[in-house]
Amino acid sequence: MKSDMKGRGRNKLERTDRLVRLSLLVVAFSAVSTLAVITIFMFEQGAPIMFKYGLRSFLAGSDWYPTEKIFGLWPMIVGSLYVTLGAMVIGVPFGLACAVVLTEFSSRPVRRVIKPVIELLAGIPSVVYGFIGVVILVPFIRENLGGPGLSVLAASIILGIMILPTIISISVDSIQAIPLSYREGSVALGATKWQTVKMVLLPAARSGIIASVILGMGRAIGETMAVIMIAGNAASVPRSVLDPVRTLTSNIALEMGYASGEHRQALFATGVILFIIIMILNTVANVTSSRMKGSKG
Amino acid sequence: MIRKWLVLTAVLVAAGAATGCRGARSRSELTVAGSTSIQPFADKWAEVFMEKRPGLGVNVQGGGSSAGIQACKSGACQIGMTSRDLKPDEQDLHEIVVAHDGLAVIVHPENPVRAATLPQIKEIFSGDLRNWGPLGGADRAITVVTREEGSGTRGAFQELVMGRTRIFKGAITQDSNGTVREIVAHDPYAVGFISLGLVNEQVVALELDGAAASERNIENGRYKLVRPFMFVSRGEPTGQALEFIEFVLSDEGQALVKVEGLIPIKRGPSK
Repeated sequence: MKSDMKGRGRNKLERTDRLVRLSLLVVAFSAVSTLAVITIFMFEQGAPIMFKYGLRSFLAGSDWYPTEKIFGLWPMIVGSLYVTLGAMVIGVPFGLACAVVLTEFSSRPVRRVIKPVIELLAGIPSVVYGFIGVVILVPFIRENLGGPGLSVLAASIILGIMILPTIISISVDSIQAIPLSYREGSVALGATKWQTVKMVLLPAARSGIIASVILGMGRAIGETMAVIMIAGNAASVPRSVLDPVRTLTSNIALEMGYASGEHRQALFATGVILFIIIMILNTVANVTSSRMKGSKG
Repeated sequence: MIRKWLVLTAVLVAAGAATGCRGARSRSELTVAGSTSIQPFADKWAEVFMEKRPGLGVNVQGGGSSAGIQACKSGACQIGMTSRDLKPDEQDLHEIVVAHDGLAVIVHPENPVRAATLPQIKEIFSGDLRNWGPLGGADRAITVVTREEGSGTRGAFQELVMGRTRIFKGAITQDSNGTVREIVAHDPYAVGFISLGLVNEQVVALELDGAAASERNIENGRYKLVRPFMFVSRGEPTGQALEFIEFVLSDEGQALVKVEGLIPIKRGPSK
């Protein structure tokens, strides 16, 4: 380095440039290779056992007794879908309503206070959501609606709240991105504010809203800690919203500590299934959001 | 170009050396890992042991019986803790029983049911008996709380109570003694099983087959739900591991066990 300092400055700058480029490349590549390593490792650990016991019995089997070598993931797949669907039913209407109010029916100062507060919701650790669920929501459900309280309903409500920030902030962004001329045109035609929202703004922001819902879905299906605490984790297909339920993520986290041998591999296989489901969701989200960008231009 | 590689190599070497140092330091420490049921008691032993032997650190970790056995096999820890019997492919490890533990079937203090027979408990956990009514309780559905598959406590319960019958799959599943107790403590219609040493005033342990879940009944063999707590090691324990195990088995170590609610080994039931 010392000789460079004495020598030609331009050459040195070029070198630094090359060095920085190279190190950035290494860092950037390490993120990608981590993903590759995780994927390879998971499939290598989880795929063989799926084929050994048959893909069908693995996916459609309704009994999960891993210590007896019975690996049926159906209750967990259904459980994940139920809980996610429940979170959507609760989170989407509230989130959308909130986004519409923030963009169309509130003054600037109100918006300035409320939006950061909602985004703060995303910063609360999931274990805190779980804790609040256990302390407040679960006893409430048990005393007023019956059942053990730890249930599909409890998990859906908590997850519904957890995905609010995702849905609200992306929906707000996409509604705000609609050109003012749309609103002006609608009002000029004699539409009321609500008619404008319903018939002009929501359809125009549709793809952004869909992307927000899918990202929220991804968050709900991947959530683990809060769900373990409030869902009850019974490995059976729930018959009502008041029954306990086990999701794919909680199945892994719950049994990882004690699992060995094929049981451990079956948990990796659970991860593979989850991975595939989340990949599908992400792809759909990417496609819709790129369509949103396209339609804006 | 060459200088750049030199710098990079130097950094790598330095990093390697730092890791090496850390590795060397941990070798003077004894690591005990495994069953989360034994962990709180091992913590107690380690605490007192370290007071007596200031130079030696004992590092107690949880993770579960299987994880502890795995870690012991791979050499990641010197002593593994297990609350379940070794499987055929784990038989090469050396095992020492360090205490006995009772399993308590617990209910909420407001639940009028105070006693049951083992067949009744089996019916509850197999899902055949779904209501407290026949047991003398309220006409309400029983909330059955169990541990996750692979847990040592569940393994012991399966063996001692269920036999070949399965615990029904609609049962609420939790991954520690503490969370099972927490759920039973807050749900008047719940039933679960935990380590006898961890029963506190929040829950009530049922009398089984006419014998209260007490230390005396375990010692005289009337209370049947008892399991061994074991330490495992690769080959005969030596050095610091041996020293720690000797302390655990000494009168002082066993007295600690008794204070913490376990059954000392020397007076445990003979099988």
